[in-house]
Amino acid sequence: MFNASLKQLSVQLAEKKISSTELTSEFLKRINTINPGYNAFITVNEEASLAQAKIADEMIASGQASPLTGIPIAQKDIFCAKGWLTTCGSKMLSNFVSPYDAGVIERFNQVGAVNVGKTNMDEFAMGSSNETSFYGPVRNPWDVSAVAGGSSGGSACAVAARLAPAATGTDTGGSIRQPAALCGISGIKPTYGLVSRYGMIAFASSLDQGGPMAKSAEDLALLLNVMIGFDARDSTSLQRDREDYVRDLDKPLAGLRIGLPTEYFAKGMSKDVECAVEAALEEYRKLGARTVEVSLPNSQLSIPVYYVLAPAEASSNLSRFDGVRYGYRAKSYRDLGDMYRKSRAEGFGAEVRRRILIGTYVLSHGYYDAYYIKAQKLRRLIAQDFIEAYKQCDIIMGPTSPTVAFNLGEKSNDPIQMYLSDIYTCATSLSGLPGMSIPIGFGDKNRPVGLHVIGNYFMEAQMLNVAHQYQKVTDWHLRSPV
Amino acid sequence: MQWEIVIGLEVHTQLSTQSKIFSGASTAYGAEPNTQACVVDLALPGVLPVLNRGAVERAIKFGLSVGAKINSPSIFARKNYFYPDLPKGYQISQYELPVVAGGIIQIQVGDTIKSIRLTRAHLEEDAGKSLHEDFHGMSGIDLNRAGTPLLEIVSEPDLRSSAEAVAYAKTLHSLVRWIGICDGNMQEGSFRCDANVSVRPQGSKVLGTRCEIKNLNSFRFLEKAIDFEAGRQIEILEDGGSIRQETRLYDANKNETRTMRSKEDANDYRYFPDPDLLPLEISGEWINQLKDTLPELPEARRSRYMTAFGLSAYDAGVLTSSRELSDYFEETVWKLPVQAKLCANWVMGEINGQLNKEGIEITACPISPVQLAALLMRIGDGTISGKAAKTVFESMWHGELDQQVDAIIEEKGLKQLSDDGEIERLIDEVLAANAQQVADYRSGKQKAFNSLVGQVMKATKGKANPAQVNDILKKKLDV
Repeated sequence: MFNASLKQLSVQLAEKKISSTELTSEFLKRINTINPGYNAFITVNEEASLAQAKIADEMIASGQASPLTGIPIAQKDIFCAKGWLTTCGSKMLSNFVSPYDAGVIERFNQVGAVNVGKTNMDEFAMGSSNETSFYGPVRNPWDVSAVAGGSSGGSACAVAARLAPAATGTDTGGSIRQPAALCGISGIKPTYGLVSRYGMIAFASSLDQGGPMAKSAEDLALLLNVMIGFDARDSTSLQRDREDYVRDLDKPLAGLRIGLPTEYFAKGMSKDVECAVEAALEEYRKLGARTVEVSLPNSQLSIPVYYVLAPAEASSNLSRFDGVRYGYRAKSYRDLGDMYRKSRAEGFGAEVRRRILIGTYVLSHGYYDAYYIKAQKLRRLIAQDFIEAYKQCDIIMGPTSPTVAFNLGEKSNDPIQMYLSDIYTCATSLSGLPGMSIPIGFGDKNRPVGLHVIGNYFMEAQMLNVAHQYQKVTDWHLRSPV
Repeated sequence: MQWEIVIGLEVHTQLSTQSKIFSGASTAYGAEPNTQACVVDLALPGVLPVLNRGAVERAIKFGLSVGAKINSPSIFARKNYFYPDLPKGYQISQYELPVVAGGIIQIQVGDTIKSIRLTRAHLEEDAGKSLHEDFHGMSGIDLNRAGTPLLEIVSEPDLRSSAEAVAYAKTLHSLVRWIGICDGNMQEGSFRCDANVSVRPQGSKVLGTRCEIKNLNSFRFLEKAIDFEAGRQIEILEDGGSIRQETRLYDANKNETRTMRSKEDANDYRYFPDPDLLPLEISGEWINQLKDTLPELPEARRSRYMTAFGLSAYDAGVLTSSRELSDYFEETVWKLPVQAKLCANWVMGEINGQLNKEGIEITACPISPVQLAALLMRIGDGTISGKAAKTVFESMWHGELDQQVDAIIEEKGLKQLSDDGEIERLIDEVLAANAQQVADYRSGKQKAFNSLVGQVMKATKGKANPAQVNDILKKKLDV
């Protein structure tokens, strides 16, 4: 049951071989038993989950079921869910129970999916190792001395350790793809604007995008069918015709042109990761695809550009956490200014404070043009590189992360090294392109390696097809650490 | 030394939309604190702004009515600062590309018309309110007003006196109400002015250092604050001092301005484009649709009153000072176009006077324009004298005899004698009874004529048309 695909679970539910209540209870039991070793969840609320399972069972009984009805899904704690503690991994929101549902949560509720718990994450999604969480780091289920990646580390761990059949994540610079790679699961960040940001606590608004994390591309397709859709409450939400992301899964790959960016294969990638990527590419060649070299000359600027723009937006987005209306407020203070300073200094962790300071600095009078405006210009150049590259290929591949999961504590005192773990994912985020990671084997210390699949705008169905065809001939995605 | 005062105004007009600029909460005034603040207004984690189309339409209408350029795209920007009544820690405003750029407003001081250039008008959201009373050493926050749509209208420093500033503010106030984008209620804060004031030696081309005066919520305070501030600056400069650029607060009780914050203390607002809102695109088609909904504007009406009706600039100015007054005059004069001056005099005189006396608005005037026209028609055709008309007006105002003009004239016996035969008969009687004065007149004493007119009027109990009496009397005496 814990290794079943969403499709299998859906069939079992439809055939009444198991009820959603039973299924949910089983996963809750598993979470209670083995999660303490991983710390993948911040909040588990059995009562609320089972109440949803009951509704799902009624939906199934009355013939209103759709593929995700009754299926437990772990929700990243960045999504506001009515009645649920919603912390965003921060002390600042450690007392915040959301009075409303995020757009994504609403969509899952409408189809009768069950929220099985809120997953751990880097504080306000700022981090690549889940070590910045106020609730402590998530451990990698393949090796508990390693990080799970971040910021959606809790969700990646939950799926990998089979604590939930699927989970949601959010990706600002790689936060779905990097933990998916490090935990050996599949995850996709869709084109910017496809998944509603309403109720998804903002880190960097122009980059944040929600997406699913699951065992396989096929599962991701079912999840995207629910998660994607226009939301009038989000002005950056795109109004497009509905797509069925399952429709192209079985297309053959013959003739597919896979672009390999010279810059991604040059240096920086560790040997074990390179071997796994080469092996995966060889598999694709066997499936009829051919590889072509493309160039993304400006992508080397993506880390500095990202670390100007994302903190700039974050410094403003996080201003609302001031201790006035909700969230953490310092116990004692002299006056208003003191209340602000103490509440924010005590409520935010070091990495969040660092990024607020960077962001405030780059937006300041006299620095704005040199940093923010310049970074915006470079952002356009980085996106332009992809547009050029897609003239020569259909899809781009490379490593998701330069290394396998590193050890807990290994990079936590070296922010630059930490930031470099998103070197391959940031450029896609800055361009608004869809990006995906799928498991392709194991590297050093038997830790998972992920393949980064970058699609052109709105080509999610094609990306899922490309991933699914690989997963049909390999079994990396079926491997489980527990 | 002669000093020139230089003033620019920033006016915040609250746009008359039902809901807020970025949320669906109501904008109605006076509700219980925090009952009109939804999750977006409270800036809960994860909420996002969605622009209110109605607010944009009102901004475009304003731009069209002052001949400004409508920018497309225009950009919403975040103005970052911390304050408890600012829930997000930033205000969504416009910075580098406002929706309205440029434009002109014509003001009238006395009989002089002057063009004041507008710099820009931009959309933004209002903040909430901090309540410092009743909380025992703490402050309360009411976020009902947070997110209310504002159009901030900024003028160039083209105003040269407090009188011009007031004229500008009043013209603007009338205009925004005229085109229906703001209710103009100053007590409720729907129309708020800040004034940038500086002084310079007469003839100088260089602007002096300015101070911004906040909290001017009436035209009277605007005038007094500018006069005080200009006086303060002149005094400093004449004593050899210099002006510090700062924001000052006007205290109406003491009639003075005082330092609120100096330029050095000013926030670095760290403006940047709001990534939650796309650039605002406004199509030419949308602009044209809105153009068609605009009423005839006060400036156009004013010049029409002068050319078509021959009214003075002053009269035309008064009659177009509000749309309601102007509409009242329009309806009256429509019935009596050849007597436009008479209509103007009565609307500005009797009607306005009586309204002011009783403190009621023209929309609640007990005499309708049609009824007023009916009364004025009876002056025009000589049925009653102007004096008698005032008596009829009074009766109508108090609703007597169903406000039927002719019935009131009849009832009160106010009809003028206009029958030549009857008047001649009375004149003959008067002449016969006053032989001495007739002789005096004929010997050249003009005074005697006036006395005879008076006698005749007396004999007719004031009902004769004095002009007619003059004519007949002259004819009879001059034979």
